[in-house]
Amino acid sequence: MSKKYDAGVKEYRDTYWTPDYVPLDTDLLACFKCTGQEGVPREEVAAAVAAESSTGTWSTVWSELLTDLEFYKGRCYRIEDVPGDKESFYAFIAYPLDLFEEGSITNVLTSLVGNVFGFKALRHLRLEDIRFPMAFIKTCGGPPNGIVVERDRLNKYGRPLLGCTIKPKLGLSGKNYGRVVYECLRGGLDLTKDDENINSQPFQRWRERFEFVAEAVKLAQQETGEVKGHYLNCTATTPEEMYERAEFAKELDMPIIMHDYITGGFTANTGLANWCRKNGMLLHIHRAMHAVIDRHPKHGIHFRVLAKCLRLSGGDQLHTGTVVGKLEGDRQTTLGYIDNLRESFVPEDRTRGNFFDQDWGSMPGVFAVASGGIHVWHMPALLAIFGDDSCLQFGGGTHGHPWGSAAGAAANRVALEACVKARNAGREIEKESRDILMEAAKHSPELAIALETWKEIKFEFDTVDKLDVQ
Amino acid sequence: MPFQSTVGDYQTVATLETFGFLPPMSQEEIYDQIAYIIAQGWSPVIEHVHPSGSMQSYWSYWKLPFFGEKDLNVVVNELEACHRAYPDHHVRMVGYDAYTQSQGTAFVVFQGR
Repeated sequence: MSKKYDAGVKEYRDTYWTPDYVPLDTDLLACFKCTGQEGVPREEVAAAVAAESSTGTWSTVWSELLTDLEFYKGRCYRIEDVPGDKESFYAFIAYPLDLFEEGSITNVLTSLVGNVFGFKALRHLRLEDIRFPMAFIKTCGGPPNGIVVERDRLNKYGRPLLGCTIKPKLGLSGKNYGRVVYECLRGGLDLTKDDENINSQPFQRWRERFEFVAEAVKLAQQETGEVKGHYLNCTATTPEEMYERAEFAKELDMPIIMHDYITGGFTANTGLANWCRKNGMLLHIHRAMHAVIDRHPKHGIHFRVLAKCLRLSGGDQLHTGTVVGKLEGDRQTTLGYIDNLRESFVPEDRTRGNFFDQDWGSMPGVFAVASGGIHVWHMPALLAIFGDDSCLQFGGGTHGHPWGSAAGAAANRVALEACVKARNAGREIEKESRDILMEAAKHSPELAIALETWKEIKFEFDTVDKLDVQ
Repeated sequence: MPFQSTVGDYQTVATLETFGFLPPMSQEEIYDQIAYIIAQGWSPVIEHVHPSGSMQSYWSYWKLPFFGEKDLNVVVNELEACHRAYPDHHVRMVGYDAYTQSQGTAFVVFQGR
C-alpha cells in the first residue's frame, strides 16, 4: 500500500527499533557496544546506529517512498547491559542480506563501520562482533589454500610451524638479507618472514630480495632435507605492482607470499587471495594498523571482527598476538578469535568474547600466527594456548642467540619438539615447563645457551582491553 | 660486538621433519607417541622409503593403514616387522585424522642409511 510523503525529522526508534523482530538465518547480525551522549535514550541511540549503518539518513526523504524500506532497513532487535559498565550498552542489529554485494568485505565494512562512527549522538561506538550468514559466506573465496593444504605442501604434521622475521627489519642489502634467511632455515626453522615494513625501499629493491631469498630457501632445503619457505612481502604501491611481485615469486618457485591486509586494504587482499588460489601459492597475512582500530575498549572494531573478515577475504595465516609476549591480548579473547579462524563452527561464548554462533560451513581454516617478543621460555605456554595449527615466530628469540641465527633457530626447534613430545606423552606442559626445557637442553647446547640468555625477560603488563565479564 | 671465543660453530644437520631435532627416542617414548595417535582417534599408518626418496610426498605403505586399531602392541609389532623387512629404509609412524582429512602427526621411528 502506498504511503503519503510527510517531510520532517522522525525519531530513529520509530522505524529502526524493533524488539519483536526475529532475525532470519540469512541476516547479517552485528553487536555494537554503544556509548551515547548524556540524556539520549538507549533505544534512540541503538536505532540511530541501525539506521545510519543501513538505509537511514537524518531526515525523511521523498525518494524513500520509491522503494520498500521495510525490506532493506537494518533493525535493532535487542539491547543488553554491558557487565560492570553503566554508561555503555550492547545493541544487536540485523541487516538484510541484500544490503551487501556478494563476496565483498569492503562493502560490508563500508556500511557497518562507515559514517555511523562519526555520529554526534554517540560518544563512542565499537563493533564487537559480526555473525556472517552462510548465504554470504558461500559468496566469499576465503583462504586460498587453508590449513590442510598448507600442511601437505610444507610436509609439516603434528606440531606448530616454526618461523621468524628477518632482523634488522630495515636496512639490509638483498644479499645480506638472504644470508640471514639461509642461517635461520638451515638452523631448523620452517619459514622466515619479510618484516611488514619491507616492501621495495632504496636500500633493497624487491627483485633483489626475492632472488637472493629464493637461493637461500632452495639451499637450506637441499642441505636439511626438509621443506622450507619465506614469506615474500608483495604489499606494494598499486595492485599492478603487487601482482607483478607475486608473479615473480611464482617464477622463482617459492611456496608462499605475504600481504598486509589492513594497510593494503580489503579489495587488494581479496584480489591477491584469488590470485593465490589460481596459482597454488600460500598467503601469509600481516595486520599492521590493527591496534589503532581494535585496542580501545569502547571505540573502533574488535579484532575478532577483523579476523573473521580476513578469513572471508582470504589468507592462509594471520597474526593473532601471542598472549605471553610483548604485545597486547588476553588469553580467553585470543582463544575466541583463533577458534573463528580455524574451526568450522564456533558457538556463542561470552567468556571468550564471541557474541554469536558462527557457522563457517566448508570454508578452509587459517593458521594462527603468534609473533612478537617471544622466546624459548614461552614455548610450553604457546603450544598450550595455540595448539598445533599455529605458526610460532621468534624474531629476537632467534637472531639474538649468542651463536647467531642458525643456533637460535635450532634452540627453538628443539624446545618446540620437546614440548610436543611431552604433551603427547600426557605431561602438563605449562606446569612442568621448566623441567621439560631443562631436560631438552641436556642434548642441545644451543638450547642451553638460549635458556640462559632469556631467563629474566618477561612482559607482564595489564591488558588494556579486557572482556566485559564479571 | 667483539668476537667472543665462546661462540660455537653451528653445523647444519639433515633431519626428517617432526622430532628430527630430538635425540633418538627410547622404546617407551615411542610407545607413548603411538598411544597418543590411538587416543586421538586417528588411524595408525606405517610408511617406509629408501633414504634417497625421503623428500617424496608418498612413501610406501607397510600393508594398509591400520583402520580402527586400538591395540598398541599390534602397531608396535607391525612397526618392527616393517623395519626387519626394510632395514635400510626410513620408517615413519603416521596418524590419519579422518575428520580434518589430514595427517594428525607423522614422525620417523627408524632411520635408514
